[in-house]
Formats: sequence, C-alpha cells, structure tokens
Amino acid sequence: MDGDVIIDIQGLCNRFGPHVVHDGLDLQVRRGEVLGVVGGSGTGKSVLLRTIVGLNRPAAGRIRVFGQDTRNLDAAARRALERRWGVLFQDGALFSSLTVAQNVQVPLREHLALPQPLMDEIAALKIALSGLKAEAGAKFPAELSGGMRKRAGLARALALDPEILFLDEPTAGLDPIGAAAFDQLILELSHALGLTVFMVTHDLDSLYTICDRVAVLAEKKVLAVDTIDRLLDNDHPWIHEYFHGPRARAALRAAPERGEEGSG
Amino acid sequence: MATLSVHTGAGTDAPCVRLGGDWTVEQAGDIQRKIAELILTPGEAYRIDAAQIRRLDTTGALLLIKLARRCGSDAATVIAQGGLPERLKELLSVVDSHIAAPAPEPPARTGLLHLVEQVGETALWLWKDSLQFIAFVGAVVQTFFFVLTRPRRFRFTSLVFSIEQVGLNALPIVGLISFLIGVVLAYQGASQLRRFGAEIFVVDLIAISVLREVGILLTAIVVAGRSGSAFTAQIGSMVVHEEVDAMRTIGLDPMEVLVLPRVLALVIALPLLAFFSDILGLIGGGLMAWVTQGLSPVLFMERLQENIGFWTFGVGMIKAPVFAALISLVGCYEGFQVSGSAESVGRQTTRSVVEAIFLVIVADAVFSIFFNMIGI
Repeated sequence: MDGDVIIDIQGLCNRFGPHVVHDGLDLQVRRGEVLGVVGGSGTGKSVLLRTIVGLNRPAAGRIRVFGQDTRNLDAAARRALERRWGVLFQDGALFSSLTVAQNVQVPLREHLALPQPLMDEIAALKIALSGLKAEAGAKFPAELSGGMRKRAGLARALALDPEILFLDEPTAGLDPIGAAAFDQLILELSHALGLTVFMVTHDLDSLYTICDRVAVLAEKKVLAVDTIDRLLDNDHPWIHEYFHGPRARAALRAAPERGEEGSG
Repeated sequence: MATLSVHTGAGTDAPCVRLGGDWTVEQAGDIQRKIAELILTPGEAYRIDAAQIRRLDTTGALLLIKLARRCGSDAATVIAQGGLPERLKELLSVVDSHIAAPAPEPPARTGLLHLVEQVGETALWLWKDSLQFIAFVGAVVQTFFFVLTRPRRFRFTSLVFSIEQVGLNALPIVGLISFLIGVVLAYQGASQLRRFGAEIFVVDLIAISVLREVGILLTAIVVAGRSGSAFTAQIGSMVVHEEVDAMRTIGLDPMEVLVLPRVLALVIALPLLAFFSDILGLIGGGLMAWVTQGLSPVLFMERLQENIGFWTFGVGMIKAPVFAALISLVGCYEGFQVSGSAESVGRQTTRSVVEAIFLVIVADAVFSIFFNMIGI
C-alpha cells in the first residue's frame, strides 16, 4: 500500500475571522488508498476537504495534488486538475432542474464533446455502477430519497472516471443497510477503478470496513494517520476514547466478517 | 490515442481485431467513430486482442464491450483470451455486469389534446386552490374571534414587530415613490390642461387621482412586493425546516402564532402607509405645480379645501384595510403551500406577489363600481 503520494498537504492554516480551524496541518494521501478522515464536530474535516478541492482558500500552507501546487494554477491547468477528481457532497448536491441522467452528463458535456447517444450510455453505466436502477435516470432529484440522491451524486462524481474521489460523510443519514451497501459500493469501485478515496466520515463501521488508513483531526492538526489497528493502540486521550468507546467496540466486533467480504 | 485494426486470420486462426492505446473517456468520441468505421465480414467471429491497451477506464470498457458484441464475442471471452492485465480484467467484468440501457425519457407531450388536458388540469387546480384559500380565510377569521375572547393568548410582541417590519420600514420607499408619482402627475396634467387654459384644475387632477386611486394602489403594490412576499418566504422556510410541524406538536397553533399577527399588522399598517403616501403625493404634485406654473402652496391649499370633499379621501382610505387583508392572507396562505424544497419557497413567493397584486386590482375595480353606484 506504500504507493506514491497523490495529495500532499503541508503547513495548512485555515481561519475564519478570529476562529482558527487548522494550524500547521500536514497530511499525505497515497495513490490507491481509502483514507478516512475523522474528528469531533467542528474540527474542520469538511473545511479540509473543501480546501483541497479549492472551494476554500487557505490562509497559509501548501497543497499539492498530483504534484501540482493548487494555489498557483492558471485556469486551463485548474480545469485539467478538476477533471481528475470527483466530489460527492453531503446531500448529493444534484442540480435540481436536471434529471439524474442529465446530472451525470454535466461533467461530460463540460469537459468533452461526445455524441448524445454515447453520453446516454455512459450515464446509464454510471447510474448502474452507483447502484441505482435504470429508471432513476429519468427522475428529478426531488423525486429521490436521501440515499438515492447520494448514489446519484456518486454517479456524477464518477462521470469522468476520476483518479481521486472526495466523499463528505457518504453514509450520514442512511439506514444501516443502506450505509453498509454504500460502503461496499465504494470499496468495490475503488478496487475496480483504482480510485484513491478521501472520505470524511463519522461512521465507525465505514472506518473498519473500507478504510486503509485513518487520519484523526484534533487540536487544529492531524494528530495521527495510521491503520485502524495501530490507532487502537494510540495513547492520545481523544483517539483512545474515539476508538474504545462503546460504539467503536461494537463496530470493531462487527468488522472482521465484513472486512473479509470486502477485500475478497 | 486509441488504435484498433482488423487482421485476417492465417490458416486456422480466427480473424482478429487488435486494440491498443488509451481507451479512456477523453478518447471516447474518437473510439466510437473508429468502431463505426470498422469493416467486418458479417457472420464471422473475430477474436479481440486487447493486450496492447495501455489505459482503460469505465467508458473505454463500455466501448470495448460494445465492440466485442459487434464482433460476435462478449466480455467474458475478452477477459479470458484478450490478454488484458489482471486489474483491467476486473474493471471490464465490473463494467460488464453494470451495463444498462438508458432510461427512456418520459415522452414529450404536445399537440391539441395535450393543450386541452393542460387547460383542464389548470382549471381544476384553480378551483381547488380557490376553495382551499377560502377555507384558509375562514380559519383565520375563526382564529381571530377565538383570540378575541381570550385576549391574553394574542401575541402583541409579534404584532408590534410585524408593524415595524411592514409599516415603519416601508415608509421611505412608499414616500419616495408617491412623491415622484405626484410630480409626474402634476407635470403631465399641467401640460395637457394648459391647452384649455385650465391650469388651475391641476389641483383637482392631482388630488382626485392621488387620494382616490394612485396613493392606495401604489402603496398596496409596493407592500405586496415587499411584505406579502416576505410573509410567504418566512412561513415557507419555516415549513421547509419543519418548524411549523414542531409548533403543532408543542401545541402552538400556527394560525395564532404566525398568521394572525401578520394579518393584523398589515391591516393596521397599510392605512397608515396609504395616508402617508397621499400626503407625499400631494406634496410632490403641489411642489411641481408651484415650480412650473407658479401656483403658490397657499393657493393650492385653498383650491384643495374648496373643491375636494372628504369622501375623495375617504374612498381611498376605506380600501386600505381590505387590500391589506388580501395581501397578507395571500402571503401567509402561499407560505403554507410550500412543499419540501427551497425551490418551492421561491416559486410560492413569486406566486404570492402576482396573486396579491391581481386580487388588489380586482378589488379596486369592484370598489370603483360600488362607489359609483352609491354615488361617492
């Protein structure tokens, strides 16, 4: 798993007014891994994600994605970079005036010139890959349930076959069955498509089931990045409480059999 | 760049299609064209040799499978015999198991029959919506009398706050618009009346038009755009965030808490605003008459008092509370019609303004006929 570094963050500082969110944060994401990012509420997990994809301008620090510094890119290089990642926002963030299939085609339309029938076929494939039925393609976001909207958002994030997939709490608000299915889906896709996944999550089951490594955000920086097994032995009080609380223990007990399914 | 070429079989070997290069989404248009241009002998089975493919993504895999099917082969055969690296085999099999036909677009309905259907649907909706609105008005009136018998339940803070919002804060814009309209009326009126040598009648013109119609109508339209829409947006966003449902479960009546203070606030504030508008309109007109025709303010006031009776002013003021009730009821009603999404808040807000202005003008026409019949 010790591949090359695909996202390299060094000395990142983020503040909103007097409120400091990140102060000298370092993090490396390796190619092909599924990295889970955890932390208490308000520790800036989503801010970190938004900063990497350029929705939030950091006060200081350097972010390199595919070896390119994201702060000093011209418009063309920026577009080329954006082509290589897909982002799934918390509630899917689908365009409400377009059907699901049209939503998936937006990135294709924007970046490439393909004939319409081919785009329809690609959209249908992505919709099926993200675990939706074919009929969902003709529906509007308002007609979908929360879980279906997330899947449709995933289909759109996958439209251009990105190398990195950013997920913001992908299983939040899903029922346990739906959440487990979504975990499995991400695991399968990351294997089959060779994706690097950067996943902000609160879901302990997701951490145990699909994450190769977990980054713990606290005290305005990344406290530790490691496999779950090693984090379990970490002495830091917050990390200890996080991975040894009652919910964590339950998730750990449930993990092994699911883990085998996943990696098989 | 993606390549594909046909090689005729030598001896017992099956003919073969050899693929190479990048089979990725960037090349998809190119690949599809090349597949279409491929000349294959019908009925012959081709072997697919994919060993030279450098990069493959899901779109490339989709096209590869389509090509395989055209060649009388399938994904499983390509995986078994195509010479792909292990990881790409997995990708190909995942894509193969997820290929789906695009969902058919819902048929676009056009033509005369569709037009008739739409007219019918709209008429039915309009009928139902009107009934619902009348029921809503009934419920508000019922709540009003209920609260009248239990005055302690009434929310005075909410009422005062609403009066500040819809009344006090609207003074500048209502005043400015009324003043300017007064100026315009005086200017236009005077230039017409001068032709008949009847410039002095400009006072009557300004007074009658401002007091009877323009002052109140203008105020009502500004308030509909400013406060009616705000009522819809406020209540609508509360509906979206389930605040209204939360109120009901706690035992608060949304009619009592949200609707009644807003309706009463507007019924109190709009007549005051209309009066303010009347005065500013007269000032604007008087000022213009003074500047352009030298009609002194003293003369203007004298003429005003001699020729304009109380009812010219009264007719305008009587309309104010009625318009206020219409605007606030429509605003609140449309707020409760919001369903689910933020998009719906925007839609209902637009509808609220349009309906309120429409109803105000209809009511104004009815008033005109009525006042004409009783002769004031």
